[in-house]
Amino acid sequence: MNSINLVWLVPVLPLAGFLINGLFRNSMSKSFSGIIGSLTILAAFVLSLLIFGQVRQEGFRPVVVTLFDFISAGKLQIPFAFQVDQLSSLFLLIITGVGFLIHVYSTSYMKEEEGPHFARYFAYLNLFVFFMLLLVLGANYVILFIGWEGVGLCSYLLIGYWFKNMDYGNAAKKAFIMNRIGDLGFLIAIFVLINQFGSVSFGEIFPAATHTPIPVLTAITLLLFVGATGKSAQIPLYTWLPDAMAGPTPVSALIHAATMVTAGIYMIARSNILYTLTPVTGTVVAVIGLATALLAATIALKQNDIKKVLAYSTVSQLGYMFLGLGVGAYTGAVFHVMTHAFFKALLFLGAGSVISAMHHEQDIRKMGGLKKHMPITHLTFLIGCIAIAGIPPFSGFFSKDEILAGAFAKSPVYYIIGVFTALLTAFYMFRLYATTFLGKFRGTDDKAHHLHESPAAVTFPLIVLALLAAGAGFLGIPEVFAKDAHWLEHFLSPVFEASTQLQATGGQPFDKGMELALMGVSVAVALIGTIWAVTKFSRKPELEEATGFGKVLANKWYVDEFYNAVIVRPLDLLSKFFGFIEKYVIDWIVNGIGRLVQYGSRQIRLLQSGQVGAYVLLMVVGILVLFLVQLFVKK
Amino acid sequence: MGMTQILFWLLSVLALISAILVVVSKNPVHSVLWLILVFFAISGHYILLNAQFLAIVNLIVYAGAIMVLFLFVFMLMNLNADTETQKNKWLKIAGVVAGGSLLLVLVAALKNADLKNQLADMNNGSIGLIHNLGLVLFNEYAVPFELSSVLFLSAMVGVVVIGKKE
Amino acid sequence: MPINYYLFLSIALFCIGVAGVLTRRNAIIIFMCIELMLNSVNLLLVAFSKMHQHALGVVNANAGIDGQIFVFFIMVVAAAEVSVGLAIIVMMYRNTHSTDVNFLNRLKH
Repeated sequence: MNSINLVWLVPVLPLAGFLINGLFRNSMSKSFSGIIGSLTILAAFVLSLLIFGQVRQEGFRPVVVTLFDFISAGKLQIPFAFQVDQLSSLFLLIITGVGFLIHVYSTSYMKEEEGPHFARYFAYLNLFVFFMLLLVLGANYVILFIGWEGVGLCSYLLIGYWFKNMDYGNAAKKAFIMNRIGDLGFLIAIFVLINQFGSVSFGEIFPAATHTPIPVLTAITLLLFVGATGKSAQIPLYTWLPDAMAGPTPVSALIHAATMVTAGIYMIARSNILYTLTPVTGTVVAVIGLATALLAATIALKQNDIKKVLAYSTVSQLGYMFLGLGVGAYTGAVFHVMTHAFFKALLFLGAGSVISAMHHEQDIRKMGGLKKHMPITHLTFLIGCIAIAGIPPFSGFFSKDEILAGAFAKSPVYYIIGVFTALLTAFYMFRLYATTFLGKFRGTDDKAHHLHESPAAVTFPLIVLALLAAGAGFLGIPEVFAKDAHWLEHFLSPVFEASTQLQATGGQPFDKGMELALMGVSVAVALIGTIWAVTKFSRKPELEEATGFGKVLANKWYVDEFYNAVIVRPLDLLSKFFGFIEKYVIDWIVNGIGRLVQYGSRQIRLLQSGQVGAYVLLMVVGILVLFLVQLFVKK
Repeated sequence: MGMTQILFWLLSVLALISAILVVVSKNPVHSVLWLILVFFAISGHYILLNAQFLAIVNLIVYAGAIMVLFLFVFMLMNLNADTETQKNKWLKIAGVVAGGSLLLVLVAALKNADLKNQLADMNNGSIGLIHNLGLVLFNEYAVPFELSSVLFLSAMVGVVVIGKKE
Repeated sequence: MPINYYLFLSIALFCIGVAGVLTRRNAIIIFMCIELMLNSVNLLLVAFSKMHQHALGVVNANAGIDGQIFVFFIMVVAAAEVSVGLAIIVMMYRNTHSTDVNFLNRLKH
């Protein structure tokens, strides 16, 4: 049975879920909506497993399944086609798998919503999965872009899910607008691609890339990267992501941790040959990724909202992934996408469990000592923290280390800053953990009575994700430990083949000793950060307002205020100016034409005197004119 | 210049002067009289062209019946010179100018027409004779002839209807 | 007689009629100028019929007779038209006690 031919079904199933939940939301019971929403994703996951089973056979070549001709304009052919290969099937599994767990979680988390709104939530969530699947399955940049735009739309819909709150609506708008700014770069990149290659299909562009002038490729890759900064929250377009925490926590888990924000990584990984050929862009990507990682980590040190810490952590980890892409460690970046999806979703869902137990309190200063009230949440959250800090043998260590090794190969400076950021990561994550779960409970007595573990629909996904976060590292055991044990690298090698060949001609391999030393350093750093944070914050949590340099961090380096002053206010003034012109100049002209017509018609009306004599005169004049024209003008 | 020519010019001048006087006269009854003179002149032209039937019919129908009808109406309304109202001076000038321009345009258009050397037969020709005219009229143009009788009928009916005192 | 002379005579009479229509205010005088125009056309038609006879008379004995028949019918129509027109004018006079054309400006509204 060739399940690859049924690959079109994978996105269509969530789409069907969207339509059912969206159209019939007023007449379905809540449990039915939840079941429909989750089942479609489960079915898609099963299908993805079947496809994966076919793809991982030895010697599998990418298959392009064309559904129909989408755009056909002269020489430009853009078919609606899906490309099934190792990269896309891996992402399919991540999206549908983690997505399914989050859908199950949502059935419990969102149960306070009314029926139609509950169904609306699941409809949006299914629509999001549909677009994300379209994004990773697309066989050309245009289908990818359709998915790209679609997930941006769904992100807006879901962030502003509780639409009655104006602040949430503003956060949703901010996310969408910043995404759109990045999308402009993406769109221009597509135009340049069409101009240069005459096609947008991966299968036609990548083989021809080696014969293309480097400046053109540099422009394309830089523009694509601009799109990625918007979607994946890098400098300068990252400020929407912390604000996006206004949405429900499962949404944050799915969209802003595991899937949508990784779209940029996917896109660059897919276009890896283009990036390998343009070292300039590679440097830009790496530097921006590193800077973002560092910046976000510093801000996370002083945040007191549990979700905001996790949001900045996401931005920081995305920076790591871009660093990996920039230095050419494509497998490492994709590996980190996978492990990050697991542990970040786990952390967000755990945070959601805590928030609902605390009756929607999100300030960690009012929490504490939750360890004994919520054991499962506590344990899984701890596993997530260990994973993200990069402590072996959990998965974060393997993926982060691969990226750092690649960074070191390019430049030791990258490595040093990366390791410092890892220290900060461990520190703020365990600050979060200690403040929330350890020590004494600092909330009201009323809340203390209501603290209890969350239901199974919540804890089951937590447990599954914790297992994955713990064990997924073993998919990518580095060469240094065992020969040919890096299953992921082996699996993804056909996708990155061309890049690997080009890179092999470049740098020098390093020896085992060096690699083990690097690993040791990063582990040591992570452990130092962890232990320091735990000891500091379990005894005396940070309850007072930040002062001095800490205040700058707590206020996010005033970046939002800076954007507001430099970009938003001038645009506002400009639009006011144009509004003035519109009202007084353009309207005056348009109304003036109306007045002119009225005046003219008043004058011409006098011709209608009603006197027959005048009419006859006009008739004669008319005949005269006709004669003149006919007999003398038209010779 | 032969007799024909002299007669032609005489009649032409007579027609033109009478026409102008029709337009210019203040007293409407005078206008009618000048118009009758125009008709006589034109009938004279017809005789010159040997269109005998038409000449006589012109006199009988036009000068005889139609002009008499006009005079009846004038007498009915008791119109004479002092009841005539004056038109706006500018419109009068405009009217004259328009008419004059029409004249100029048509003359200019037709003076180069390729008819210079065509002659109109005068004093002879059989087509104007009643005998030939009648034959053609009743053979080929019988249907229009009958239709014209229907036309008269409808005209009479129309006049009676319009003239009824409600 | 060259046809041109008849042509210009007819045109002159016609234009005098036009000027009369435009210039006078009395409805009946206007009507009379219309009759003048009709007559000028009649004259021209007869002249043309004779011209045709001159050109084709040897071939066809009745060449050009159509012109005169046309004139005949024009007179028929003119007679009918005059009767109806005068009836209307009489009606108008009965209603407004004037034959001034400018009184009839109902078309203004």
